[in-house]
Amino acid sequence: MKKKLLSVIMAAAMVAVTAVPTFAADTVKIGVYEPASGDNGAGGKQETLGIQYANSLTPTVEIGGVEYNVELDIVDNESSTDKGPSAAAQLVSDGVSIVLGSYGSGVSIAASDIFKDGGVPAMGVTCTNPQVTQGNTHYFRICFLDPFQGTVLANFANENFEAKKAYVLTQLGDDYSTGVGFYFTKAFEALGGEVVAETFQEGNSDFASYIASAKNAEADVFFAPVSIEAAALIIEQAAAQGLEMPLLASDTWDSNVVLNTAKGKDVQIYVTTFYQEGGNAEFDEGIKEYINSDSTAKANNGGDDIVAAVSAMGYDAYYVALEALKAAGSTDPAAVNEALWGVEYEGVCGKVVFDQENGDAVRDTAYVKSANTETGAWDLVGAQQVEE
Amino acid sequence: MTKKKETIINVSLIVALLVVLYVMEHTIPSTAMIFTVLKKGAIYALVAVSMNLLNGFTGLFSLGQAGFMLLGAYTYGILTIPAEQREFVYMYYDGGIIHFSVPVVVALVAAGIVAAAFAYLIGLPVLRLKSDYLAIATLGFAEIIRAIFQWDKLGPVTNGSNLLKSYPTFKSVLFPFIVSGICIAVIVMLINSTYGRAFKAIRDDEVAAEAMGINLAHHKRIAFVVSSFFAGISGALLAMYQTTIQASMFKSAMTYEILLIVVIGGIGSVTGSCLSSFLFIILSEWLLRFLDSDMYIGDFHVPLLRAGFRKVVFSVIIMIIVLFFRKGIMGTKEFSVRGIYNFFTRKKKAAKGGDSND
Amino acid sequence: MEWFSKNLPYLLAGVSVGGQYALIAIGYTMVYGILRLINFAHGDIFMVAGLMMVYLSASVPVYIAIPIVLVATVILGFLVERAAYKPLRQAPRMSIMISAIGVSYLLQNLALYITGGLSQQYPPIPWISDVVNVFGASTKRVTVITPFLTIILVIVLVALIKYTKIGMAMRAASKDFETSQLMGIKINSVISMTFIIGSFLAAVGSLLFFTNYTGVTPTVGAMPGLKAFVAAVFGGIGSIPGAVIGAFIIGICENIIKGMGWTTFSDAFTFALLIVILIFKPTGLFGEKATDKV
Repeated sequence: MKKKLLSVIMAAAMVAVTAVPTFAADTVKIGVYEPASGDNGAGGKQETLGIQYANSLTPTVEIGGVEYNVELDIVDNESSTDKGPSAAAQLVSDGVSIVLGSYGSGVSIAASDIFKDGGVPAMGVTCTNPQVTQGNTHYFRICFLDPFQGTVLANFANENFEAKKAYVLTQLGDDYSTGVGFYFTKAFEALGGEVVAETFQEGNSDFASYIASAKNAEADVFFAPVSIEAAALIIEQAAAQGLEMPLLASDTWDSNVVLNTAKGKDVQIYVTTFYQEGGNAEFDEGIKEYINSDSTAKANNGGDDIVAAVSAMGYDAYYVALEALKAAGSTDPAAVNEALWGVEYEGVCGKVVFDQENGDAVRDTAYVKSANTETGAWDLVGAQQVEE
Repeated sequence: MTKKKETIINVSLIVALLVVLYVMEHTIPSTAMIFTVLKKGAIYALVAVSMNLLNGFTGLFSLGQAGFMLLGAYTYGILTIPAEQREFVYMYYDGGIIHFSVPVVVALVAAGIVAAAFAYLIGLPVLRLKSDYLAIATLGFAEIIRAIFQWDKLGPVTNGSNLLKSYPTFKSVLFPFIVSGICIAVIVMLINSTYGRAFKAIRDDEVAAEAMGINLAHHKRIAFVVSSFFAGISGALLAMYQTTIQASMFKSAMTYEILLIVVIGGIGSVTGSCLSSFLFIILSEWLLRFLDSDMYIGDFHVPLLRAGFRKVVFSVIIMIIVLFFRKGIMGTKEFSVRGIYNFFTRKKKAAKGGDSND
Repeated sequence: MEWFSKNLPYLLAGVSVGGQYALIAIGYTMVYGILRLINFAHGDIFMVAGLMMVYLSASVPVYIAIPIVLVATVILGFLVERAAYKPLRQAPRMSIMISAIGVSYLLQNLALYITGGLSQQYPPIPWISDVVNVFGASTKRVTVITPFLTIILVIVLVALIKYTKIGMAMRAASKDFETSQLMGIKINSVISMTFIIGSFLAAVGSLLFFTNYTGVTPTVGAMPGLKAFVAAVFGGIGSIPGAVIGAFIIGICENIIKGMGWTTFSDAFTFALLIVILIFKPTGLFGEKATDKV
């Protein structure tokens, strides 16, 4: 009897599933491959938010003289390199024309071959590790790269704090974190500085000892290119132990989670990022309205309406994808891939043009901002450029 | 039904399965989700059976499977990355220190051997431990192995904690089926041999088994090493399936997942483990995905559905099985041609009015 | 003196995290002592206590939220035992352990669903969240309070077990499960009591832990849970003082290892310690010799 019941449950589960979405003839699908849970869930949600906002403004696109509805196919890669590939396979199987994402370089690299085998082009929005696009012709990206970002931060540390010694903390198994740490170290040592490097395991929540080690090393800056989750814990501990050196970080820290944690605490935080709120008033106003009009969107943005740089990047990415679709004149992924090479687009975060080798956007500016612990907002420190 | 006839039927069933897969591959677009889940299902079937060999047939409660898969996956990846790609993969370590690559089949076997060798060494101390102590010790070893592989001093070999990629992978769904099939066949042969009977004796009563003259340490070690060998191979297959690997994905959560597959299939049933692997993977990675997104039936907004609901439903199903269907799908029975044959002939007899209480 | 001020932060962090592990470890060791079950879900109960605090503190003041969290966690622990372990009392030990893993999986996934997968910021608790200065090292007050609170709770618990009727029943049950039943001990209420005490201490532990390390994620309980179990084994499973001492040793060692720059291995060390203990002294520091009964 019990066995029979079991098979009934199983069968019911199988049947319940046949709710397959139907295709409209004039719909083009854009895949959104982003984390909604895990370490990078907060950032992934903000990036997706930008894409959704852009989609709400421009829900159709004209391809080859025909008006198409754009449908976003959003999957969660769970910030994990082992769950990511099956989420990616889902997108390929759904027949998307192009994929946007992901926040976090590791998952992007992990899914790269799935997209390649499926013949679908992908466009990284804020994955900054060089390995994402290196040596392939289907992965593009619209943000700057880690060698650039690492150098910017090393120069910044050197110029503004006259730093001679840096404490670099990275997360094991996070390709993004290791990458930025590596390039920062390289640039910082080239400037004659000294680096003390340490790592932590995923899921670690006890950062007390790391802060103590940084103090004991008598470092001038504390550099932690880590996920938002770890960032909040680090800030909390740094404040508790009265860490006096400035905390330096990369684009991940540009998040309202970091701002909210730092508010009212005695810490100095500097980050590099893609966009500074106020860079484009029209965009800021529009997305704030969008966030405030929808409680889910607001929750996904971390509960307030501070515009994250990754949202702005997601917004740009959506329009770059539309440009590619228009240029391709078809929804065929191969044609879109071909067309992407020639796309030029002036976005809110600056101009997007792809180099013809790896498909990276040519970017030479990063914004450096600091957290204002009184108002809980970002202050722009300046735009930083690097001559190659 | 004669033994010979049974063998013929079994073999032809397997051939038929492969032919069906082959035909499917040439008629359905290769990007279809069905292939993704079939590939992963075949790989999980192998690791589930290898775990079942330990937990179900020998009664050794080991939770080190993820660690052995990690060893296999890394061995495979390290050995097969083409020499010209190493510069990109080991970009933080100047191209690494290994500058050759071996053929896929050799690497697969090596993956198994490395995992087995580690299992032998680990087994020396831990196999003396009893039930749950063994579980926690093997779990600990898996965590230690993971930390070692993430150590940046070993970076020139393991690429530190970063991804390994660019190694050869498989395109066809037949590959994992054939490799897993061969490995599972070997495990089944082992289970049906005198060794297998000794394993079961140890499971049922260790003290009695020893009294009967079974060398406990020897047999436990064999079960542990063989199980790890195949876990290593399945790790290598998983690496091929995923196209990239990283030590951080082989967490204890992975072992738990495999354990739950074994439990759902029935502890002590090879075919049960295979069936439940496919069921588990197909449901969790494909068919239940709709639970994660908003759904409207007409104008009705179905409540509760949002990201993460799939996993909640799934874990509730698992708890129901664990609590109320403790034997899983198959119990300790096997799905076999003979079983079906007997089932039908018995039915006929019953229909004819013969006695049905055999 | 300079050496002291340099290493004091590690020691403080170690003692405080050790105290938090100790509070979790007691739950493990008591349950194991009676049921011979590694309650894999215990770490997740600790996590759920943290989450409840996050959500409650959004709507009620902290001093009301804290007692509610303590009570709710106790109820949760009680319900988990009734629903997932009691039906399997006669089943093989492996089944009940698998059930524990299943509960852990369920709790984590529920937390994932409710939080949407994002880390939740634990609310600051007045007074104990404040920053204080200890011999020149600045830290949160909770760091200093934890070891004292832990020791007080343990003394109360030991007295409870030693001098009350239910305590005596617990001791009897952990000595010999079947015989104690024959002696008229209501074994189910003893087991429930064990889970209630264990969950209560886990809730206190979560209060202290998350005040210090403020991010609550669905998997945050897994590692502290495992480490607390190791601590319980280290101290001799079934022995409460043993678990507490084991937890302090593990907490301190872990932070010293981090201080020495071996950060990659801080978790692995705990497990290495476990294996060494299991091999050379399976009964732990204070455990009683277990005999095999045929």
